[in-house]
Amino acid sequence: MLARVYVTPKKAILDPQGKAIAHSLHALDYPEVIEVRMGKYLEVRLTGLSRAQAERRVEEMCRRLLANPIIEDFRFELVEE
Amino acid sequence: MKWGVVIFPGSCDDRDALYCLETVLGQQATALWHKDRDLHGVDAILLPGGFSYGDYLRCGALARFSPIMQSVCEFAHAGGPVIGICNGFQILCEAGLLPGALVRNRSLSFICDWVRIKVETSRTPFTAACRVGEILRLPIKHGTGCYVADAETLSTLENNGQIVFRYVNAAGEASETANPNGSLHNIAGVTNARGNVVGLMPHPEHAVESLLGGEDGRKLFRLPFTWL
Repeated sequence: MLARVYVTPKKAILDPQGKAIAHSLHALDYPEVIEVRMGKYLEVRLTGLSRAQAERRVEEMCRRLLANPIIEDFRFELVEE
Repeated sequence: MKWGVVIFPGSCDDRDALYCLETVLGQQATALWHKDRDLHGVDAILLPGGFSYGDYLRCGALARFSPIMQSVCEFAHAGGPVIGICNGFQILCEAGLLPGALVRNRSLSFICDWVRIKVETSRTPFTAACRVGEILRLPIKHGTGCYVADAETLSTLENNGQIVFRYVNAAGEASETANPNGSLHNIAGVTNARGNVVGLMPHPEHAVESLLGGEDGRKLFRLPFTWL
């Protein structure tokens, strides 16, 4: 099973990287861009777990290590391979 | 007085810290390896600057799980004095020993410069030798030094006197232009509720000899015996 984990900076946290990317997109003539938030994408490959177990384990991995809840939000999806 | 300086893979200011403590200040200091659990009976612990574990995932996120950090956490919870400098500050935040977190500098640039910080409290072992309101001139060198915390945490820090250092200008004002990295409330260093754990982004261990630009850092390593 594959867990696709998305970690993004919390809304309230200043994201200078996202801001700089948005500026560059404007410079490339994409005025329709109103905001960019830059985060991380992780692929976590799992074995020997039921879907329900995987849900619980990955949630825990996110809280304990993959995201810092003070500055980041996370979400994930599980894909059968 | 015996110090322990923790060395993680990727630490780079551990030698400077040991040199500062032993050679410059004439104190006892020993290196503590990240894979060990034994603190060798030290009285105070210093987590040095650098790029532990290559700054992978988030600065300080992986160092926090090394075996020595379990012992450091126990030591801190028992009231032992712990100071984290730069990457050490990031590790203490990731480990939950200090509130808040450090994110990329507002400018996105790595900053290498001298700054002024104001001592906001002398009720920590590391600022006991300082006067409240005293201004120290110290170097910074970081890319991820912007201190953030939610509004509730910030007001707790302000009300409890847990903000230890603020970036200020020559007049001692915590102005926007004196803030090198965008830290909320110009915060350069904080302490826990008990006051025994302190983290800061500037490098006191690099400012202990006038030949290298200043000696203001020395004061932070003069711990009062009442803490030991």
